[in-house]
Amino acid sequence: MANYSKDFLAQLYRTLYTIRAFEAQGVRLYRQGLIRGYFHPYTGQEAIATGVCAALADRDYVLSTHRGHGHCIARGADLQRMVAELLGRRTGYCRGLGGSMHIADLSKGNLGANGIVGANVPLGVGAALGAKLRGEDRVSVVFTSDGGANNGVFFEALNLAAVWSLPALIVIENNQYAVSTPIHEATRETDLYKRGIGLGVESRQINGNDVLEVYEHAREAVARCREGRGPVLLEAVTYRHGGHHVNDPGLYMPKDRIEYYRANDPVTIGRDYLADLGGATDEEIRSIEAAVERELENAVAFAKNSPVLSTGEFLALIEGY
Amino acid sequence: MVAIATEIPTACRVMMYREALNEALREEMRRDPKVFLLGEGIAQRGGSYKVTEGLLEEFGPERVLDTPIAEASFTGAAVGAAMTGMRPVVEILFIDFALLAMDPIVNQAAKYHLMTGGVGRVPLVVRTQGGAGGCLAAQHSQSLEALFYHIPGLKLAMPSTPKDAKGLLKTAIRLDDPVIFIEHKSLYMSKGEVPEGEYLIEFGQAEVKRPGRDATVIAWSAMVPKCMSAAEKLSAEGIEVEVVDPRTLVPLDAERLIQSVRKTRRAIIVQEAVRRGGVASDIASIIQHEAFDYLDAPVEIIAGRVTPIPFTLTLEQACMPQEDDIVAAVKRTLGRE
Ligand SMILES: Cc1ncc(C[n+]2csc(CCOP(=O)(O)OP(=O)(O)O)c2C)c(N)n1
Ligand SMILES: [Mg+2]
Repeated sequence: MANYSKDFLAQLYRTLYTIRAFEAQGVRLYRQGLIRGYFHPYTGQEAIATGVCAALADRDYVLSTHRGHGHCIARGADLQRMVAELLGRRTGYCRGLGGSMHIADLSKGNLGANGIVGANVPLGVGAALGAKLRGEDRVSVVFTSDGGANNGVFFEALNLAAVWSLPALIVIENNQYAVSTPIHEATRETDLYKRGIGLGVESRQINGNDVLEVYEHAREAVARCREGRGPVLLEAVTYRHGGHHVNDPGLYMPKDRIEYYRANDPVTIGRDYLADLGGATDEEIRSIEAAVERELENAVAFAKNSPVLSTGEFLALIEGY
Repeated sequence: MVAIATEIPTACRVMMYREALNEALREEMRRDPKVFLLGEGIAQRGGSYKVTEGLLEEFGPERVLDTPIAEASFTGAAVGAAMTGMRPVVEILFIDFALLAMDPIVNQAAKYHLMTGGVGRVPLVVRTQGGAGGCLAAQHSQSLEALFYHIPGLKLAMPSTPKDAKGLLKTAIRLDDPVIFIEHKSLYMSKGEVPEGEYLIEFGQAEVKRPGRDATVIAWSAMVPKCMSAAEKLSAEGIEVEVVDPRTLVPLDAERLIQSVRKTRRAIIVQEAVRRGGVASDIASIIQHEAFDYLDAPVEIIAGRVTPIPFTLTLEQACMPQEDDIVAAVKRTLGRE
C-alpha cells in the first residue's frame, strides 16, 4: 500500500462522512415534507464519488446521475447551496428550479445530475471532446450506473470516446439494481467492465466500497487520459443500503446481501484507513465528524430561511423561451 | 375490429384509473394470446404506478417482460414484433423517456403502413404517462402530446376517467395501427364509475362530460377534472358551461366539438401542455373555420406556460393552468369580467 498522508486520509474521510450525513439529513427533511419529488440517496456508494473526485484537478469535469448528491459533495460543493436546492429555494445551486435530480455546480466543473438514465454518457464524452479541441488539459468524468450501461447511448458514446481517444473516464457504479430489477435480469454479462474491452477501451473492475482502491485506479485512469491515452472504463462494484429512493423500502433486496455490504461499509472502511494508516485518534475522528455535523446544521438553517424564487424573477428568467 | 356496442352499460362499480387500465390489459391478454407487455419494472414490481400488478402471476414471464433501461431498443423490438402480427403493449415510464424511442415510433411504426403500400401493419400500443404536479422537475413532468399529434400514422388517446381509460385501452390494443396512449400521473388514483362486463370505446368519439348552454370548454386528460370543478364554480354564479372531452386527439371528433360550439357560441380550450405549437391551437383553427359565423367571442386557449417545468412547488403550479384561469377565460368569452 502506498504512503498516504494523514491529511489526505482525513480529507477522504471527511467527504465520505459528509455524504453519509447529508443523505441522512436529507431523508429527515423529506419526511418532514420540506423536500418533495424524487430523492435518490447515495448511501452505500460514498467511496466511489470520494475516491474518483480525489484524483481530479479543479479544472476537470464531472457528469452526475439521478443519484447525484455524493458527486456534488465530493467536488467540494457548498452544503448550504445544496440543501437550499433540495428545498427548492432561490439560494440553491439552480435557484431551486432544478432540485435533487438536476443539481449542478458549474463553478466546480460539475455539469449536472441527470434525470435521464444513460444520457450523461454522451454529454461527458462531449465535454472531453470540447476540452481536447480547445487544447485544454481537462479530463471529463462520467458517473453512470448498471442501468445506464444497458442503454444504447452508453455503447455509442464509449465507442466515440475510444475512436477519438478522448480524455474521458467512465465510471459505472454497479450497485446491482435498476430500481427493483437485479442486474442479472437486465444483462447476461454482469461484469460490466467487459463492455469496454470489446470497444478497445482500457477497462477494469474494482471494489467500489474501498475508497483507496477507487482512488488508486482513478488516479491511474486520469493520468492515462492526460497522456492522451483515454478513455478508461472503471466498473466500481457496490450496493445500495436501502431502496431505490426514499419512498422505496427495497424489500426485494436480499437481507444477507445488504448485511454483507453493510459489513463492508465504505464510510467505516475510510474511517479505519484514517485510524490505521493515518494514525488518527478516535477523538480526532470525532472532531471531523462534529465539524461536518455543524456545517450541515448551518446549511439546513440557511436553506430553511431562504425564500423561493418569486414568480416575477422566474418569469424574467424564462423570458424569450 | 369487432365492435362491441359501446358504453351505456347497466351496472357500474367504482374503481381507480390504474385499476381500470389493469383490467383492460388483463381482459385483452385473456382474449388474445398475441397481446404481450414489455417495459421497465412492469413484471415483478407491477409497474411504477401499479398498472400491471398481478399480470406476471397470471400470464407468466413470456408475456410480461421486464426490460433493461433501453427505451429505443425495447420499443424498436415491439415495433418489429408488431410487424409480424403480435400485439405488444409497451410501457414507457415517463413520456419524457419516449423521446429516446422516437425513431422506432416516428420513423418506423408510423410509416410502415404507407411504406408497404398498405400491406404492413403495426398493431402496437405505447402506454406512457405525462404531466406535471408532483415536483418531479423538468425531465419528468412534460406534456408532449403535440409531438405525437403532429405525426401522421399514429393514433393518440388521452383518457381522463377510469371508464374511458379502460374502454380506450381495450380498443387501442385491437386497432391495427400504432397508438400512443398517454396517461396522467395525477390520475392513477382517481376514482370513477366503470361499467361491469366488457365494453369498448371507439376512437374519435368525444364525450360531453357536463352539459351546458353558455360556453363550451374543451379539455382532455387531467385538465378535465380541473374544468369540471371550474364548471361547478361557474354554475354557482349562474353560468352553465359544457365540458367536452375529445378522449382521443387522433382521430379527433371535430364534429362533436363544433356541434357544442355552435350551440354555446363560445369556446375555451384548456391544455396542460405549453401553448406554443400545441393541440389546442389546432383545435382553435378548426373551430374558427367550422363555426366562424356562430362565435360570439374569440376562441380562448388556456395552456401551460412556455417553459420547462421548474422544481419549486409554487412555480410549478404557476406554470400549469389553474381553475381560476379557466373561470376567468369563460367569463371573458361572456363579457363578464
Ligand atoms: C431513460 C430513462 N429510463 C427510465 C428512467 C427511470 N429510472 C430512473 S432511475 C432508474 C433505475 C436506475 O438504475 P441504475 O441506472 O442502475 O442507477 P441506480 O438507481 O442504481 O443508481 C430508472 C429506470 C429514467 N430516469 N431514464
Ligand atoms: Mg443500479
